[in-house]
Amino acid sequence: MHKDSNKATFLFSSGMVVVIAIMLSVTSISLGPYQAKNIRIEKMKNILTSVSVHADTKETEKLFNQFITKQVVLNTKGEEVTGDIAAFDIDLKKEIDKAKTGNQDKQLFPLFICNKDGKSFYIIPVRGKGLWGPIWGYISLEGDMNTIYGASFGHKSETPGLGAEIETDKFQNEFTGKKIFDGSGKFVSVKVVKGGAKPDDLHGVDAVSGATVTSDGVTEMFKRTLGSYIPYFKKQKP
Amino acid sequence: MSTETTAAPARPKSEKESLFSVKNRKLIYDPLNDNNPITVQVLGICSALAVTVQMKPSIVMALAVVVVTAFSNLIISIIRNIIPNRIRIIVQLTVVAAMVIIVDQFLKAFVYDVSKQLSVFVGLIITNCIVMGRLEAYAMANKPWPSFLDGIGNGLGYGLILVIVSIVRELLGSGSLMGYRIIPESVYAMGYFNNSLIIMPPMALIIVGIIIWVQRSRNRKLIETN
Repeated sequence: MHKDSNKATFLFSSGMVVVIAIMLSVTSISLGPYQAKNIRIEKMKNILTSVSVHADTKETEKLFNQFITKQVVLNTKGEEVTGDIAAFDIDLKKEIDKAKTGNQDKQLFPLFICNKDGKSFYIIPVRGKGLWGPIWGYISLEGDMNTIYGASFGHKSETPGLGAEIETDKFQNEFTGKKIFDGSGKFVSVKVVKGGAKPDDLHGVDAVSGATVTSDGVTEMFKRTLGSYIPYFKKQKP
Repeated sequence: MSTETTAAPARPKSEKESLFSVKNRKLIYDPLNDNNPITVQVLGICSALAVTVQMKPSIVMALAVVVVTAFSNLIISIIRNIIPNRIRIIVQLTVVAAMVIIVDQFLKAFVYDVSKQLSVFVGLIITNCIVMGRLEAYAMANKPWPSFLDGIGNGLGYGLILVIVSIVRELLGSGSLMGYRIIPESVYAMGYFNNSLIIMPPMALIIVGIIIWVQRSRNRKLIETN
């Protein structure tokens, strides 16, 4: 059989595809656990960043266990749910999708309680829409469940220099000290204000200029997610 | 710009050649200077601009390219006599793509931080002309061992330029090397600023240009006569 005949060409290409498919599957399956571990560690790192603990990759797991003293899963009524799933393993995307399919009563909300320097902080994971893809982050509240202690954001594919600026310290630091309830105890969330928030505005931060959609996404993600935790906060407060 | 994209002729049969004969060693060091894929053949410029802001990702990228060029050269050379001629480009591309995916998986498993920084550029090694160029020009016509060396040589030649560019860019742009601070705080206190312009991709092109200029002024062989 000549190597340039049709038959040889078909045989060669089918053989090649099978061999390569096997090679790739073996690599992917055997390296899967390592990759999953890296993703877990990154998540821990992001959670720690929101309470201003900057961890090295190697010691992330240790610091996480040291600072995060309790992980809680809440239902829509603000009650703690025990059993099935750990807070850390909750996939926010799936929980948000539940609301879309009419199962909003079944949504679960993870909450991480952190103990740092003798004070308690409540860390809430948030997730929303940016311009090009999902944006997410972690917000830490002080013990009064009102004042924001820190925030860290991430994004999949926002525009560098515009939407991607939400990842910078400059933007994230603006959230520190803002309050999510007004003086009378009403939930108002924190807004990202176009054109700049007034310095004495306790519920607003400066938007990233040129990134309206991403900024609005952050506002929406705050309001929706924090809103879901209000029943829990009300119960915890005396 | 490129003087020659060497399609190395099939070498005459010479059995009993030592593994590191003069000819074989030349396969490694020729691409470092006389036939450098970036500065002489001007291939693979795109990724050279994108990943050279810092030294660490550049080194990882260079290693990734060395592995991909070396092993795809090796594999193609082993099967060169049974590859049907009409689909040889597709076959080469498939082998390169498979190698790149494997390398990418390894990076994600063992150097996750760097792999995040490199993001799409590891995947884009597939489109790096150096890899396909070497397969078509060398591995298709030569034995596995010389092809393997040729792959390593060209990967290193690419990596060398990447690392040089990244040293300049990280030092001037961030004042550090490999993430360690080199320019002391006291210099900043005296009013020194990091050059933000050098972090922009076009500056990599200018640095590559300077490297080409220096290389051509020192290496007579590269000076074009016309």
